[in-house]
Amino acid sequence: MSALQNEKYLVEGPSGLNFDLCYSKRLFGYCSRQPILNESIRNVYFHVPLWFGMITLLLTSAIFSIKYLRSGKLGDDLVAVEFANTAILFGLLGCATGSLWANFTWGEPWPNDPKLNSVAVGMLMYLAYLILRGSFDDEQRRARISAVYNIFAFAVFVPLIFIVPRLTDSLHPGNGGNPAFGKYDMDNNMRVVFYPAVIGFTLLGVWITELSIRLRRVKAALDD
Amino acid sequence: MRLPFLTKISLVALLLFSQTLFAHQPVSNGVDMADQLRADGKIWVVVAVVAAVFAGIIIYLVRLDRQIGKLEKEVKEKSSVVSH
Repeated sequence: MSALQNEKYLVEGPSGLNFDLCYSKRLFGYCSRQPILNESIRNVYFHVPLWFGMITLLLTSAIFSIKYLRSGKLGDDLVAVEFANTAILFGLLGCATGSLWANFTWGEPWPNDPKLNSVAVGMLMYLAYLILRGSFDDEQRRARISAVYNIFAFAVFVPLIFIVPRLTDSLHPGNGGNPAFGKYDMDNNMRVVFYPAVIGFTLLGVWITELSIRLRRVKAALDD
Repeated sequence: MRLPFLTKISLVALLLFSQTLFAHQPVSNGVDMADQLRADGKIWVVVAVVAAVFAGIIIYLVRLDRQIGKLEKEVKEKSSVVSH
């Protein structure tokens, strides 16, 4: 980083709103030039799709929990757990990548941001789901109670990460009155990479889940 | 020299990463710290993030692989019991 660039960053400050319309192309195509973020804007292709994928997986998990409660088939419960497992993996990776990114842009690995705190609560809720499952011996009882818990967890998780951060000020774009994916932090060149990345990470999560589900089914068949 | 596969992999990884990590010597005049990850427009933060995602998914898949291995062993034992 040259001294001239350094000066520019100081003048523009941490608003992140000023950027010029030059594009740089290195890793993963074109990006808008922005202060503070610099090239790390490309983390949007990895960090954000992880969370998008996680939400999709959690929604699927909640749907299968509802399905289990309606049908009473243990197979549906198995699918719900495995979707939750992969979602938790994505969530942990999202936290790790987020704190790496925050360390070099916001100055702290875990700043006191409403979105981060909400997500921490949400992750603990889902870890509690796994612990809850481990604490029952009776299969049907475990499946029924954890399915109910899973539905409630999802119902709390969504407002926790989408609504609560919007009520106050947040460092994340799309919160505290900032437009999400607005003209300030994304342009069409980035969307070309971002949306396929969202689809890709979601499908990767579905595939990993499918592998675990098949493994569990084989295991269940062997035990019979 | 015969080395275990994992040792070989880690040695190769060290060889690859040491180039990029140690090539960037920190700047001593400014107050800026963690220079290496802030160098070159923070592109190394992206590299670290990609590496973290990759490592996380690989660890999860290796765990899955182990579970499948255990199951295969079980199947083998069962089938040998049936055949005898």
